[in-house]
Amino acid sequence: MAEAAKTPVALLTGFLGSGKTTLLSRLLARPELGETAVIVNELGEVAIDHHLLRQVDERTVVLGNGCVCCTLRGDLADELRDLLGRRDRGEIPPFRRVVVETTGVADPAPIVYTLLSEPVVRHHFRLERVIATVDAVHGLRAPESVAQAAAADRLVVTKADLADAGALERELATLNPAADVLQSSFGDVEPDALLGGGERRLPEPTPSPADGRVHAGARAHCIVFDEPLDWAAFGVWLTMLLAARGSDVLRVKGLLDVGGAGPVLVNGVQHVVHPPLHLDAWPDDDRRSRLVFIGRALDGPALERSLAAFTRAAGR
Amino acid sequence: MCALCGVLLNDHWAEQEGGRRGRTLRVGLVNRVLSHYGLELGDWAGRVYVLRDRKGRATVVDNLGVVWTEAARLVGRPLDPLDPELVRALG
Repeated sequence: MAEAAKTPVALLTGFLGSGKTTLLSRLLARPELGETAVIVNELGEVAIDHHLLRQVDERTVVLGNGCVCCTLRGDLADELRDLLGRRDRGEIPPFRRVVVETTGVADPAPIVYTLLSEPVVRHHFRLERVIATVDAVHGLRAPESVAQAAAADRLVVTKADLADAGALERELATLNPAADVLQSSFGDVEPDALLGGGERRLPEPTPSPADGRVHAGARAHCIVFDEPLDWAAFGVWLTMLLAARGSDVLRVKGLLDVGGAGPVLVNGVQHVVHPPLHLDAWPDDDRRSRLVFIGRALDGPALERSLAAFTRAAGR
Repeated sequence: MCALCGVLLNDHWAEQEGGRRGRTLRVGLVNRVLSHYGLELGDWAGRVYVLRDRKGRATVVDNLGVVWTEAARLVGRPLDPLDPELVRALG
């Protein structure tokens, strides 16, 4: 199945008590979220009773806006296959998107791996984005929340009414410059800001490691290449880097100029790398290749020198 | 389950593009890197790779992700692309 025809899946992650369920409850009340299947950990925790239209079975409800909400019983791949089957049999309304809520201590990498590797799942679904909530009161309070924030494409600072959300917003922007950061109070956020939009421009290189904030040992490194990169060399280099230092690399995201009209989007969470995606166009006039690495014990200039050496070696 | 570099994926992410020519380019570059460690990679019918060391040991590997983990096993340490000596050797 072509990528564009696959059902997009958004992964909603965030540490315990960071406001995932509140955010989800508010989203489910919005008409824009119609035709969405939502997989949650516990149906009872999501405040949807007053929107409830129809109970399909003990674990599935269909909301007034056509949103299908079901409990994750065990394996995510089983749940997604089951949703497909029930949609095909007409047992639940058709849905155009899936939102998966993870548990608070979940490491996003295995979930991303499931979505990218399970044969039936990857044939019918594509991982659209990872959304992570971080609450303004507690911030990045554990290595798990740092890994979740690093894996995110959209970051939501929750409980913005209770603490200085601006400080956390700036902190998150330095940890994960590849993500858009939104603020939310009482779970209020515009669905389009969370689920809509395309790829954003990736940031300029950080001046030096000493200038970057370190979060539980992790920090972001941004590197830029003026000349087009050789895709074969990049693949060889990144696979070798992840094999040697995969446990230190929380995230890699990049828009690469490989000589085509648009860039190639590279996106990886720890060892798990999405298939390369050719975009039709660049987000702006700057067509230099940009890569963001978030990790521990990494050195931005060393990453740049090494990739440049691989690229030169491939050209000989 | 081993998530290392998509071992269980049907098509490794780094090998989905470029066809035969891309595969040849990748094998050529991988061999430039592996020569630094006394290893060599052969392409067997465009389907699997054969990794060899100078002691005559050989192992069959499915994809690029596994090449590096098997190479590390043969050498006895991880093969780090950021190693300044390797970067210098590549020029």
